[in-house]
Amino acid sequence: MTTLAPSVSAIAPEGNTRRIAVRCRSVIKNYGVGNATVRALRGVDLDVFEGELLMLVGPSGCGKTTLISVIAGVLDRDEGDCQVYGKDFSALSSGQRTRFRGQTIGFVFQSFNLIPTLTIAENVSVPLLLNGVSRNAALKKAKDMLAVVGLGDRVNEAPNRLSGGQQQRVAISRALVHDPKLIVCDEPTSALDHETGHKVMELLRGVAMSGNRSLIVVTHDNRIFNFADRIAHMDDGVVDKVVGSAKDLYGPNMAAK
Amino acid sequence: MYLIALKMLFNDKAKFFGIVMGVTLASLVITQQGSIFTGIMTRTFGTITDMSYPDIWVMDRKVQFIDDVKPLADTKLFEVRGIEGVASAVPLYKGMIRARMDNGTFQNCNLYGLDDSSLIGGPGVMVEGRLEDLRRADSVIVDLEGAKERLAKPGPTPDSPRVPLKVGDTLELNDHRAIVVGISKGSRTFQSQPNIYTTYSRAVTFAPRERKLLSFIFVKAMPGEDVYQLCARITERTGLAAYTSDQFKLLTINYFLKYTGIPINFGIAVSLGFLVGTLITGFMFYSFTIDNLKYLGTLKAMGTGDGKLMAMIMLQALTVGVIGFGLGVGIASFFGTSMKETQLAFRLTWQLLFASGSAVVIICMLAAMLSVRKVIALEPAIVFKG
Repeated sequence: MTTLAPSVSAIAPEGNTRRIAVRCRSVIKNYGVGNATVRALRGVDLDVFEGELLMLVGPSGCGKTTLISVIAGVLDRDEGDCQVYGKDFSALSSGQRTRFRGQTIGFVFQSFNLIPTLTIAENVSVPLLLNGVSRNAALKKAKDMLAVVGLGDRVNEAPNRLSGGQQQRVAISRALVHDPKLIVCDEPTSALDHETGHKVMELLRGVAMSGNRSLIVVTHDNRIFNFADRIAHMDDGVVDKVVGSAKDLYGPNMAAK
Repeated sequence: MYLIALKMLFNDKAKFFGIVMGVTLASLVITQQGSIFTGIMTRTFGTITDMSYPDIWVMDRKVQFIDDVKPLADTKLFEVRGIEGVASAVPLYKGMIRARMDNGTFQNCNLYGLDDSSLIGGPGVMVEGRLEDLRRADSVIVDLEGAKERLAKPGPTPDSPRVPLKVGDTLELNDHRAIVVGISKGSRTFQSQPNIYTTYSRAVTFAPRERKLLSFIFVKAMPGEDVYQLCARITERTGLAAYTSDQFKLLTINYFLKYTGIPINFGIAVSLGFLVGTLITGFMFYSFTIDNLKYLGTLKAMGTGDGKLMAMIMLQALTVGVIGFGLGVGIASFFGTSMKETQLAFRLTWQLLFASGSAVVIICMLAAMLSVRKVIALEPAIVFKG
């Protein structure tokens, strides 16, 4: 893990040599119109580097989920610039955006979102099928991926027969199976107990970070902050602080909680 | 992805059976009621179907359907025979007659008087006896349904079953003695009354006294003659109506469609089947989609395009449609087959299958459209909302 000084810049400094995976500048997103307008993002500046695990933290309603939705291309921004590996989603057609998302981004959700009527191997094979891989090849690769996360002997089971931690491992397999460059995780440990959450983060840190892949993890769970390379703190629709560790964010006492 | 769509459908058993049930119900009601309607309509022209010999039926201009007999003067037969293009023209008597049963009750019957020499218009299928036996004195041929049911004789004891009329038995037709010389088989008619065949000359003696007794003239056209032109010529020369068999069938059907409540009654039943099927299927399918919205959103976020999601939903809808249609038609066919020997009119035609299938496709598309709308409008960002 990289240890950075407190108040690390949200954007790459002048002379930065690291490659940037996600580049957001002055991103604004509003919900609703007129008096009911909610300003979810008020001009976010943020860079995510290749090979980096960035955690997005902050109080509820601060705009974390909106920001990763914009980064992942599942939500349109109103203003500003946001590029993922040099591609601006708003410049792409709907079909191009869908394809790019399917090839480049893996998703891990808070409530796993595994399709209950499919086996876990079939669930994991979905991103491959979307990328044109044949069913048999997709299933084989899905089973291999499940073996990597320790579920190789349960490939034909339904998701609801697995524990929460196991289901999240399946979700991680699904996010990784098509080898995307960016993984977006929304509260991946909030539905899990401390030990399971820790194991899931170890898995994400160990398996998902291979191949210079970037991870953005939205979380409230300060028990997993230690897994981050950088932590971006959001408040009121902006990234107000980027730090290298939980200690830098909350002080030595809070980091241990 | 399409296999995944099907697995999502099949593995949600409760919803799957609910949707299939809706389609099956609609398909069953539409097919069954439609078949009964078609069967009844077919019976209205059963007599015309059975009397396949003539190219042209000639009748009074006011005749509206096969049982609407308006007698002609016998001289009309000779007029028709004299028209160029007519190879032969023979008379047919068709009327109602009362048969007196052995137990003293009466049964109304259809009486057909066939041309004495050619016996044209006689039943095509003889179960017992021969058509030529009509040349014997007082002879009649009775149709099988009539012989077994309405004209059957009482059993020897009050509790014993009725004894079907058979060759050699006698009947009393309008106070005239008639001997059964044959049993025929023909199409059931709309009136469901026994059919009795005899010669024209004998029929007019059996029939109640009337000034004119000729009901129809059967015309056979000369080889190569255009029957439609011949019809027009007969009408022009005699002032009578002349129709081909198909035209006469159509005239008969149109009468029943226009002047009876049959189409409305069946139309209501079929419409209800369609409506109830659409509501059940639509509601269940929409509910199935709503249940899966989170997963459809996940698929959308992971890179499934709107077109593919639409195709997946359409495939699901069509799959339940095909299964439901098959079950509905299967049950309707089983019903029809099991009722074959009863009085129930049931005729399942390919046109009806096509109509029923089309209705099912419409039901499925309507159901799918509701779901497709929801999925197209779905923001993939929903997946991050927990």
